Amino acid sequence: MDIRYFAWMRERIGTGHETVETQAGTVAELIEELRARSEAHDFAFSDLSAIRAAVDQDLVEFDAALTGAREVAFFPPMTGG
Amino acid sequence: MIRVQEAAFDVGAELNAFTTRVAGAGAIVSFTGITRDVASGDLQAMEIEHYPGMTEKALGKIRHEALDRFDLTDAMIIHRHGRLAAGEVIMMVATASRHRAEAFKGADFLMDYLKSRAPFWKREVTGAGAEWVSAKDSDEEALNRW
Repeated sequence: MDIRYFAWMRERIGTGHETVETQAGTVAELIEELRARSEAHDFAFSDLSAIRAAVDQDLVEFDAALTGAREVAFFPPMTGG
Repeated sequence: MIRVQEAAFDVGAELNAFTTRVAGAGAIVSFTGITRDVASGDLQAMEIEHYPGMTEKALGKIRHEALDRFDLTDAMIIHRHGRLAAGEVIMMVATASRHRAEAFKGADFLMDYLKSRAPFWKREVTGAGAEWVSAKDSDEEALNRW
């Protein structure tokens, strides 16, 4: 599965893209797996209220299923406009 | 029409082209967003990161939602990314309708959704360093109006 990071999530983790093997059923389960990858990951995901997630480029809640998902992205709340 | 680009654009020319495309609409409302200087007045640049692919998808959805909800003839969004100086145009939206109230509401709706539902992240670069702009609670609350 392709994992993308943006803004300070990207900076904290040290990369904007990584590929992972996962059996996670939901975004929340995937986050737990990612946190175990390194201290940087653990720190980046430490405050979930400051993070948003997208599955295949659609904004989702953390309990969203990952069935058939190819790309999951994590980023801070958006600041467009 | 949705456009996401790094290059500067001419707001007047875009608005004129939109006006031509929606000939007969009766009312057009436009909003232009400009890079604001920081309180200390030493903004060196505003860097805008985005999520290519999702950005276009999200803007398309927001535009369609506006067309569904309001009596609009058409709506357009142009949003830049990359490195901008203070005073540069970041983005614009325009809506066309038979009636001005719907055009105003449509543009207001587009802006509220664009602020917190389109994957852009701003970072202010000043003499003191670079800092990500935090989302405001009021931006999220603004969505409850709709």
